[in-house]
Amino acid sequence: MSEMKSEPVILNLGPQHPSTHGVFRLRVTFDGETVVDAEPVMGYLHRGSEKLAEGRSYVQIVTLTDRMDYTASMSNNLAYVSSVEKLAGIDVPERAQYIRVICAELQRIASHLMATGFLLNDLGALATPLMYCFRERERILDMFEMLCGARITLTYMRPGGVLQDAPAEFWPALNTFVNDFPGYLDEIESLISGNEIVLTRTRDVGILTDAQAINASITGPMLRAAGVQWDLRKANPYEIYDRLDFDIPIGALGDTFDRYMVRVLEMRESIKIVEQCIRDIPQGPIRTGTPYFIRPPAGDAYASVESPKGELGFYLVSDGGISPYRCHVRAPSFINITALRDMLVGWKMSDLIIIFGSIDIVLGEVDR
Amino acid sequence: MESLQAGFLDFHSVYGFFDFFLPDGMDWLAFVLAGGLVSFIVINVMVMGTGLYTWFERRVIGRMQARLGPNRWGPFGLLQPIADVLKLMVKEDTVPALADRLVFNIAPVILLVPALLVIAIIPFGDDTFLGRLNIGVLFIIGITSVNTIAVLAGGWASRNKYAMIGAMRGVAMLVSYEVPMALSITGVVLIANSLSLFDVVAAQGVPFWLVQPLGFLVFMAAASAEMSRTPFDQIEAESELGAGYHTEYSGMKFAIFQLAEFMAPLVTSIIATVLFFSGTRGWDPIPGQIWFVLKVFVIMFALLWVRATWPRLRIDQIMAFAWKGLFAMALLNIFVVAVEVMLLQDPNTGALTTSDLWLMAAINWGVTVVTIAFMAKVFGSKQWERPVPTPSPLANMYAEAD
Amino acid sequence: MTRALQGSSVASRINESIPGAATDSNQTDVWVSPQSILEVATFLNGDDALDFSFLTSITSIDYIEYFELVYRLLSMRNNHSVVIKSRCYGREDLSVSSVTSIWQGADFQEREVWDLMGIRFDGHPNLKRILLWEGFPGHPLRKDYLGQDGEMQRPEDLDV
Repeated sequence: MSEMKSEPVILNLGPQHPSTHGVFRLRVTFDGETVVDAEPVMGYLHRGSEKLAEGRSYVQIVTLTDRMDYTASMSNNLAYVSSVEKLAGIDVPERAQYIRVICAELQRIASHLMATGFLLNDLGALATPLMYCFRERERILDMFEMLCGARITLTYMRPGGVLQDAPAEFWPALNTFVNDFPGYLDEIESLISGNEIVLTRTRDVGILTDAQAINASITGPMLRAAGVQWDLRKANPYEIYDRLDFDIPIGALGDTFDRYMVRVLEMRESIKIVEQCIRDIPQGPIRTGTPYFIRPPAGDAYASVESPKGELGFYLVSDGGISPYRCHVRAPSFINITALRDMLVGWKMSDLIIIFGSIDIVLGEVDR
Repeated sequence: MESLQAGFLDFHSVYGFFDFFLPDGMDWLAFVLAGGLVSFIVINVMVMGTGLYTWFERRVIGRMQARLGPNRWGPFGLLQPIADVLKLMVKEDTVPALADRLVFNIAPVILLVPALLVIAIIPFGDDTFLGRLNIGVLFIIGITSVNTIAVLAGGWASRNKYAMIGAMRGVAMLVSYEVPMALSITGVVLIANSLSLFDVVAAQGVPFWLVQPLGFLVFMAAASAEMSRTPFDQIEAESELGAGYHTEYSGMKFAIFQLAEFMAPLVTSIIATVLFFSGTRGWDPIPGQIWFVLKVFVIMFALLWVRATWPRLRIDQIMAFAWKGLFAMALLNIFVVAVEVMLLQDPNTGALTTSDLWLMAAINWGVTVVTIAFMAKVFGSKQWERPVPTPSPLANMYAEAD
Repeated sequence: MTRALQGSSVASRINESIPGAATDSNQTDVWVSPQSILEVATFLNGDDALDFSFLTSITSIDYIEYFELVYRLLSMRNNHSVVIKSRCYGREDLSVSSVTSIWQGADFQEREVWDLMGIRFDGHPNLKRILLWEGFPGHPLRKDYLGQDGEMQRPEDLDV
């Protein structure tokens, strides 16, 4: 029998494609169904946020950060205002710090729910797990609406605190959610974690080793799924995380299933954090008085938080004016796809979709 | 064919009706008119039935996904299919510039026709059928495999890489799943001792899904692959290929593809009802037609349940499942059933009594449970334990430097 | 807490190994000469005590008379960090050595710096523009790029 001859096919996956989570484009070379080469092409959502920030005052830039990772605006707000506070030396009242942590953890749950739901959608599960995840996410968005009137682009945090104190109806809603959510998570997990097809599709697929992940500057659930126990909430605690008791879940193999599992476990830890915050939150002011035009002294500051996607950092350079001289975003989604090619080569087309889905990127943050 | 009793809605009775009114020598016109009328009825009933089915599917899946489903147009959203069809009819019909126009245009029709042809021989009731074919089972197996050609034609003619990949997957998968499907039906034929669907129904003193559950499960798995539903929807694979082989279709051609696609579950449910759920048989006073429809709905609901629940398998896993799993199980089923039939059947007439069937059911359920447990052991993942996560030595977030 | 290493101590460690590479330092930052970036990076990554195996970010700032490259490094094993900065004088044909051979994570970030700030990285395997398209006029994050009024200006139209 003669050897079968085949010819590589170049396929443009995206920018309009149901599974690229936005306007991402992958230029993939296939040999049959097997990936031979993959080149990410991005920039379709580039709005020049870093340049725009140079023309805005420090408070106005908060709205720009909402539009980066639009599934986790709270985390973006937090990273940015932390950076401004570090640059200008602004203190934050304790109550505001607690509210910020509650918001950041709720946002983490919302973002991970979305990541999990869309991963299952990429697996071909016809939107059912996605709708289950969105049902819970909806309640978080409702709570955000109580806080600031917005659901997606929140702009809730300000340098020096938060916009306003949580209204009276927020706390009962939060309590109910915290009590209900572990049960709902059990329900979602019972549908997914032990499913034969999910296991067949995800385990041992798209393995990223710990050394590879560190070398490629990968952070967040992807890094932890590779077994690297690294979380900025513990490694470099900000706000009040050093007073809270929680674990950092890690994965065993660094495959797609581990990335899913780490997210589920992180949601459980987030609920623990929120419970402790509800218990401990003190009364008091929620915002330090800051002028509308903050004029930090000349210098630079970098502050980073553990956003749902990874290490989200803002590097601000001030020349003493009312707007930053330079505002750089260390965007986790952008850097996490560095190792994408190494993860994809050799796998089949269906695996490509779920490996990419398990990275969980948001194009607003990739392209900024 | 003179021994056949005329049906309530039957080609011969319609032909006789026209022949009675037309003058002598116009037999050919009666033939044409009867054929036209029957085709008209079949097509319209099936299209309306499919429309109703799309509504049913969207409502049921909506409930399963914690949402409502279509509920605006008409009572309970029942007119939604009509709105959908109107929308698709007024859409622009685009054809890719480099497409093979003839093949591109004919592919939707090739996909739709087999589904309609199958309906012509289905006994919907004791006296409600269109054609009485003595090789009905063979006809079903043969005619339903035509859709492979349509999938390939549609995907190839589109000149689209996504469509091409979808078509290639489709051909590989559909051809593979023909085999277990035909083999699982063989068990039915062995017990019924006939290829006629009427005899198959008549032989089901005990519904065949009870008598040979293994064959039934193989049939349902293969049938869901044949109509490319999750977990076997690699042909379309929305999250990977957009829409698979019909990516480039729009307007009315897309509507025909969708019609064929949504007709497939209906047709499959009807075939499964006839072959495994004793067709029109039920308890009086409810007429057989009603029983038939009820059974069809139950099977459709089960198919929807599967569709709404499970993710999709990878293409190589699907092929492995067909050849290593279903093929072996179907062969085992034929073997067991053949031995039982040989031992139990009446040597002169070849008939099996109801008590024989119950005995076979008891044996076959045992065989099925053992086989599936064995298969799960061989292919399953549950036995595989994940290692306990150990933190990598490359990071220590509690380290205070120096 | 991640400990920010003293800039001066890191600078002296660098100078021990690569004489003259580190030019300046303060509390947290170390300035190195642009020619020595690859050598410094190799040293910082390979040194057992420093062990900077993780590149947090690369960015650049346009200070009109010079561009400053900022490498933010982290040691996950020891949980300490340092900031390496490098000043590149001039506006045209700037280039420094790429560190992608040491940290794969530099790949996209160097491409971003090239795209938006216009600093070339020699030895980068695939130095194409990443967020903007090939042929986009100018590099938008430069201070002399005036694009906010909706007009795109070519670099040659600007007097720097």
